[in-house]
Amino acid sequence: MRAPASAIVSIIVACFGLAAPVHGQKAAAPIDLTGYWVAIVNEDWRFRMITPRKGDFAGVPITKEALGVVSAWDPAADEAAGNQCKSYGAAAIMRVPGRLHITWEDADTLRIDTDAGMQTRLFHFSASGITDSAPTWQGVSHARWETRARSMTVVTTKMKGGYLRKNGVPYSENATLTEYFDVAPQAGGGQLLVVTIVVDDPRYLTQPFIVSSHFKKEGDGSKWDPTPCSATW
Amino acid sequence: MGSHTVFGHVVIARTAVVVLLLAASSRNAFAQFDLSGSWAPKNTEDISRDSYPVDYVGLPLNSEGRTRALTYQESQLAMIERQCEGWPAFYFVQGPFGLRIWSDNEPIKGTVISYTIGAWEDRAPITIWMDGRPHPSEYAEHTRGGFTTGAWEGNTLVAYTTHMKAGFLRKTGPPNSDRATMTSRFYRHGDILTVLVVLDDPIYLAEPHVMSKSFQLSATPISPIGPPCVSGFEGRHPGESVPHYLPEKNPFVDEMTKLFHIPREAVLGEPETLYPEYRKKIQSTYVRPEPCKQNCGFMPTR
Repeated sequence: MRAPASAIVSIIVACFGLAAPVHGQKAAAPIDLTGYWVAIVNEDWRFRMITPRKGDFAGVPITKEALGVVSAWDPAADEAAGNQCKSYGAAAIMRVPGRLHITWEDADTLRIDTDAGMQTRLFHFSASGITDSAPTWQGVSHARWETRARSMTVVTTKMKGGYLRKNGVPYSENATLTEYFDVAPQAGGGQLLVVTIVVDDPRYLTQPFIVSSHFKKEGDGSKWDPTPCSATW
Repeated sequence: MGSHTVFGHVVIARTAVVVLLLAASSRNAFAQFDLSGSWAPKNTEDISRDSYPVDYVGLPLNSEGRTRALTYQESQLAMIERQCEGWPAFYFVQGPFGLRIWSDNEPIKGTVISYTIGAWEDRAPITIWMDGRPHPSEYAEHTRGGFTTGAWEGNTLVAYTTHMKAGFLRKTGPPNSDRATMTSRFYRHGDILTVLVVLDDPIYLAEPHVMSKSFQLSATPISPIGPPCVSGFEGRHPGESVPHYLPEKNPFVDEMTKLFHIPREAVLGEPETLYPEYRKKIQSTYVRPEPCKQNCGFMPTR
């Protein structure tokens, strides 16, 4: 009699979209984000594909303090100080033209590698294994599935201050990054990934900076081309 | 014992059926979000791109689309017969305005018959039919708003638009044909609505054009305003020639190259310029332009 009862529980769980009691969030994933994805730069082209003019912060709701940072931007100085990855931090990396390679680091940690800037982001579905450390470019990311929405939400903190754009439009260490990952099946079996990016920064932004980036899935990693960070290009 | 076992199985089986039916119907209800409301724009990404006469950056134009775009002269909008043409349906994710969306419901069961994205000045309303009706014949009337059907895929509203009139992908003249179709996906995360639009056009695009834009739920009502439009004399008399540029004669073709040092092929929407490889291709020749002196962003007040 126990087997049918547990079957009913499974049916209820499945039908109502409740979090299934599985071991590891990899097994619970409502969508498959793994694979290679290439950025399609249809939007903000002149802020992403080339290094924009110094002082051009169009579209970013910055504070007066941030304006000072924008005006003082010196890419050569960033490079010399070892800060060439300032525009490849978590709050900016999904806008950088490049490819993503998404894999499972373990059963509860999704990993995103970028070929542009050679960065690694770890999305932790479980708090275990997260150590209290100094801020880093990619910060600490907590992820959760939105099972009904078939989506993933990621909240990232503990980021080193960086640039939202290559020309020194800043975000601070106090910033919080919230991202929503959604996939869109396309005709012919293709897939698009759209990432909605929300940056909250009480120091450098007057209101949340919200943009969305989209990527196209690729069949393999043949175009994967790791390239180190550069402050000057 | 045996009869108890049989009885138990019957009860469990009936319970399972009831649970399944309840769950299935509940899931349909839970799987959808409320699209209705006022959604404020977040103009942190490209908006309508009408600042420079030749700006096809980020578009995957084919050669026919590019050639046609370069003939466009904005003075066409002064022609009395063109003043009220308005912009195509996909302008709802390109323009700087917010969205007012409402539903029309069947009065007995309350099911959604359609959603309407209200008009905005020079963009027609878009009605998303949710009642399963088919798209009309390909020979049916084409309109500014097109004909749109929608369905829920899990918690995502997927809308498909056909029957749009020929028009422009941007205000700077890159064209769309009346054979273009638009697939829109609406994702809601809390008070943020992200719309992913994929535009297919077999006439003027080399590959689908992808756009995404986010909106934020607003407590301040956004009132749909818009057509009808009233035309008036703006310097062009009826019957005069259509303002245009002949091939190779568009004087603005290099304006963005001079201003931003963007290579001409990117300004003109060559498809290869949309992908990361292109950034590497131009790395050795690109020279950063002079610092920004005007139109650099809204000056902060705090």
